[in-house]
Parts: sequence; C-alpha cells; structure tokens
Amino acid sequence: MTTLTKPTDDLPPAARGSLGSVSAARKLKDRLVQILVYIAFALAVVPLVSVLWTVLTNGLGRLDATFLQFSMNGVGGRDEGGGAYHAILGTLEQVAITSVIAVPIAVLTAVYLVEYGGNGRLARAVSFFVDVMTGIPSIVAGLFVLALWLLTFGFTYSGFAGSLALTILMIPTVVRATEEMLKLVPNDLREASYALGVPRWRTVCFVVLPTALTGIITGVMLAVARVMGETAPLLLTIFFTKAINANPFEGPQAALPTFIWEQAGDPNQASIDRAWTGALVLILLIMLFNLGARLVARFFRPVSR
Amino acid sequence: MAKRIEVSGLHAYYGGVHAIADISMTIEPRSVTAFIGPSGCGKSTFLRTLNRMHEVIPGARVEGKVMLDDEDLYGPGVDPVAVRRVVGMVFQRPNPFPTMSIYDNVAAGLKLNGVRRKSRLDDIVEESLKGANLWNEVKDRLNKPGAGLSGGQQQRLCIARAIAVQPQVLLMDEPCSALDPISTLAVEDLIAKLKSQYTIVIVTHNMQQAARVSDRTAFFNIAGIGKPGKLVEIGDTSKIFTKPEQKATEEYITGRFG
Repeated sequence: MTTLTKPTDDLPPAARGSLGSVSAARKLKDRLVQILVYIAFALAVVPLVSVLWTVLTNGLGRLDATFLQFSMNGVGGRDEGGGAYHAILGTLEQVAITSVIAVPIAVLTAVYLVEYGGNGRLARAVSFFVDVMTGIPSIVAGLFVLALWLLTFGFTYSGFAGSLALTILMIPTVVRATEEMLKLVPNDLREASYALGVPRWRTVCFVVLPTALTGIITGVMLAVARVMGETAPLLLTIFFTKAINANPFEGPQAALPTFIWEQAGDPNQASIDRAWTGALVLILLIMLFNLGARLVARFFRPVSR
Repeated sequence: MAKRIEVSGLHAYYGGVHAIADISMTIEPRSVTAFIGPSGCGKSTFLRTLNRMHEVIPGARVEGKVMLDDEDLYGPGVDPVAVRRVVGMVFQRPNPFPTMSIYDNVAAGLKLNGVRRKSRLDDIVEESLKGANLWNEVKDRLNKPGAGLSGGQQQRLCIARAIAVQPQVLLMDEPCSALDPISTLAVEDLIAKLKSQYTIVIVTHNMQQAARVSDRTAFFNIAGIGKPGKLVEIGDTSKIFTKPEQKATEEYITGRFG
C-alpha cells in the first residue's frame, strides 16, 4: 500500500543516490498511522459488538416458539413462559400505520421543496420547520399527541395514537432523505423530459421519482427502523396491555419497546429474561427491515451496463 | 412537417443579467442553420428560447417575438409544453433516462403524453431508431438499458427520442462536443439525412462542423464581459466562411480570436 517506492524525481537530490528505498522514519510513520486507524476502528466497533453480544447471550435463551406465539395475558412477573406476540403484532401495526401516513406526506413535501418550491418564501419556511421537527425530542412528540389527541379530542389510548406520535418523528427524516436523493437526479434528465413536451408533474412522476427511487426506499427503511425502536412517545400514547389487541384503533396496545421497558422494570429473573429476548427480537426485526430495504434497493437500482 | 422560424427583437435575461439582446433572424425550413461564436456569447441561450426551455431556469425571462410559421411562441395563452412538442431538442451531453430501456427511452415522449397502443408505439420506436441510424445496432437489445450504449449511440438514442414525438423543428445544442470523431461523423450524417424533413438548428464550437453540415450560419459575439450577446451576421454558410460582411466574423473564422 503506502510502502510503494516513490519516483525519484519527488525525492530531494540527496536521496537520489539510494534508488527507491524508503527512509526508516517514513516507514515508522506509516506503521504508526496504520495502527492508529485500526485502533480508532476497533474503538468504534466495540460498543456495537458488545451490545449485540450481550443481547444475544441474554436473549437467545427465551427465543422460542412460546415467546413468538403467546402474549403475557395471565402471566405474572415471576412466572416462566409468556411471550411477546402481542408486542410484535402491536409494533408491526403501529409502524405500518406510521409509514402509511408519514411516507406520502414526507415524499410529497420533499418533491415540493426540490421540484417546485425553488428558493421561495414558503419553501424556506417548510424547510425550516422540517429542521425544527428533526430536533424534537421523541417524548415531546408523545406529549403532543397525548395533549391533543387523547386529552383535547378525548380519544382513548390506542396503537393509532402511538402511530401519530411516531409519524411526527418519521416525517422529517424521510423528507431530508428524499430531498437529498431528488437533488442527486441530474438536471439533464428533467430538461430532456421537458424538451419532449412532457409536463412538469409527469416529469416528476415518471422520470425524477423513478430515478431517485432506490435512495428514497433506503431512506424510508432507515426511518422505519429508527421509529421502530422509539419507546418514550409510545409510553404516553399506547399505554400498556398484557393481552393481544389486534385492533390498533381501539384500546391500549403493546409494542416491543414498551414490552422491554415493562419487563425490564420487573425484578424477577423470568421477566428480565423476557426483556432481553424482546430486545433481541426488536434488533432482528430492524435488521430484517434493513436487509429488505437493501434487496428492494438493488431491485430498483437504475441499470447502467 | 418543418416550419419556418422568424425571430424579431428577441431579448433574454437571467434574473438581472441581460444575456442576449435584440436578435432578429429567419430560420429556413428543411435546412440546417448553424450558430457559431465564442463561449458565453448567448448561442445556447438563444437556442433555448426557440422552444421555451430558457424559462425552465428560475428567474429567466424572454422578451420579443418568435414566429413559428404564423404562430407566436410567446403569444398570450401559448402553452410552453405544447411548444416543446413541436420544437424538439437534443442536448450537449447524451442524457438517456437511466431507469428506462432503449425501447422505453424512445417511447418516453409518446408514453408520457398518453400514447398507449403497443402496436403504434412499436412502429414509432422502430421508425425513429431507423431515422436516427441506430436501429441495426440495437434492434436485438431493445429491452436493455439505454445507459449501456456507447456515448455516440446514446446521443443517437437521444435524437431518436426527440424525433419520436414528431416535432417540426429540431434544436441541437453542441450535439457532438462529447463524442469521438467517428460518432461525430455518424451524427453529422444523420443531420444531413434529417434535414429533408425537419428544420434543424445546431449550436457548435467546431467551425469545420458548421461548414460541413449547415446551409446557413449565424455568427454571435459579445462586446465584453457583462454585456449581452448579439447576432453579428447570418448568411449562407459558403458566404460566411469565404467572404463575411463583418470584420469580427472574419477574425473569428480565421482563428484570430475566440
């Protein structure tokens, strides 16, 4: 790599005598920097590996059919058995509803910002508020839904209320990701389309969005993975339940993050084991989503050769 | 097909910048008109005013008249989208749509304007690719991505895409400047063939090319930095290249500046 010999022209005249041999000091420096880079990399990976390892060793024990098929209904903290089916179901439903609401709003916002807004006052205002939304602490999103949807409008705790809180968190990330992808679409393509007499909206739908689709899908999947692990806004909006509630619009629902929170708060070993397995399932779900995103992205990738 | 363009008193601006000033000329149908001149003299800007692509850029505007036969392109109530269907354009860099196959690239203009019948699309795609001298090279791989072709083939694909919507006029903005000599030759042959059906306007930096392909040549120049570009003279190509009326034209053509 960097120990390649340099052309002699680059060396000072004094060094030209020894053709190509690299001085000891340079070799040492090269080694030193290499070692530094490796150490930095190792340091960055330590927390990741440590978390994965801990979750795996503690969680694998309870990762069984019972865990995936049963709820906690009638299971006390001290009891063995019980499962997270209700929580997995809840998380999947809530995230699905969140995506259905957030993705269209966010993608359309990004299309407006990039394709139509230009540098106008409205576009700048929208852009500013998206930035503000990015910075909202997740519990504030939960409090907002609690105050508006539950306390002011009088709806009960439900998976849907949780989805609303997650929507607030998902929109800005998807807007930003989509915006970046749309900006990457070369202007040449838009002009080529306009020059064929294609109206702007059709250009956006059939040329710009398909070209950026891969990146948009990746962005959406990453946002999904992120909101899947949100706990704070759910605590205030979906409440707790130990039973299966398949209806996200009525009554308290469970979710994996709140399940983990609940089980980890119980001092009994059986509950703590369930919390670890819940965490493992959550990580696996998110990994599955990321994998899915990569596959979808590969499938839609603009072909070159 | 093929219409005459008559431009009178045309000015174009980018925001506060006056890009081209007071241009009047007639572009004859079924012939090739070449625009030459130093960089930044407004050739491309003027070309883009001829199919209302200029105003796609934020802050850009145009004053003056562009008559296509008896219709003013800048008249009240004229839809720029409709103008661009009649006046097609080929760009400097080949820009096939990367998500589409060769077939879809050629059919794009039609499909995006609502033509759906497969048999009709098939006919037009074949006709356009033949028209662009590309059919024999791609007929066995119409479903392969357009971006997989060579640069010269891509540019001919873009020409096929432009003629597929059956325009009256074809504008070409330095169509060969990103191509090698052999591809350039292929495109020039194509231009010579297309001029029997279309009004063709080509911007080029290559004076030999202007001399080879065009019937009439217009020379643009700029008085200085920050000043708008102007039309110096327009005339038959043979005349412009042998005894131009203006001194600036002669100096440019003989390579004394620019």
